[in-house]
Amino acid sequence: MSTIKIRSKHLADYTLVRTLIAHPMETGKRKDDDTGELIPAHFIQTMNFYLNQQLMSQCQMGVGVAKNPFFSFHIKATQPGDIISISWTDNLGYSDTAKHIIQ
Amino acid sequence: MPMTRRKFITKVLTLTGYTLTLAFSKTGLANWIADDFRRQTIDSTLKQLFPEQTLLETDKINLKLPRIAENGSVVPITITSTIDNADTIYIFSEKNPVPLIAKFSLNPALETFIGARFKMQETCDVIVVLRADKQYYQTRQKVKVTLGGCGG
Repeated sequence: MSTIKIRSKHLADYTLVRTLIAHPMETGKRKDDDTGELIPAHFIQTMNFYLNQQLMSQCQMGVGVAKNPFFSFHIKATQPGDIISISWTDNLGYSDTAKHIIQ
Repeated sequence: MPMTRRKFITKVLTLTGYTLTLAFSKTGLANWIADDFRRQTIDSTLKQLFPEQTLLETDKINLKLPRIAENGSVVPITITSTIDNADTIYIFSEKNPVPLIAKFSLNPALETFIGARFKMQETCDVIVVLRADKQYYQTRQKVKVTLGGCGG
């Protein structure tokens, strides 16, 4: 299962794109409730948002982004069939990509 | 086939071309910069990110933030602005251990709009900096945090 969910909605003046990424976003300062040990930092560092293979936005983030990061964007104009692609990479080298076709 | 001098030079030039293209395409997609996300005070972060620039106070950046965040681990924010040609947006939380939350680049095909969720350690100002036409604008809003969300 992909960790990325993408939804788009065509509105009057723009297309709303929302994305939800399943990721723990550990700061490295939080302690395990049972063992009391520090949970190592694990967070997304970059997220790229493409529309038809053109980079719309690159987000560089730190540990300050909430768990299961949520982002939304407004694209000025889209056509049905346009392809949104979102990918992320975290500090441990994991990554994921997902595609979404605008209706 | 023996290599003539002309062929050799052509090959060297093409190779150099490829290398340069590769090098430049990489800088286009900037890497994650660990220094920007260091644990330090907001002042040193701002000084490090914007060493020469002055940050103009503006009311043209509109922040939608809760005035009181009951749970600091999920604070929703939406940023809109009427400033033209915005190409980068920074979000800072003044008293977080790592003040820089995130940095977004914006393609002109996008409206100046970002929605996100972030963590806040304690009650403080949220600062948003926007870059447009090489000029930096900033705005801030106070958020009261009932329960800190940075753990530890």
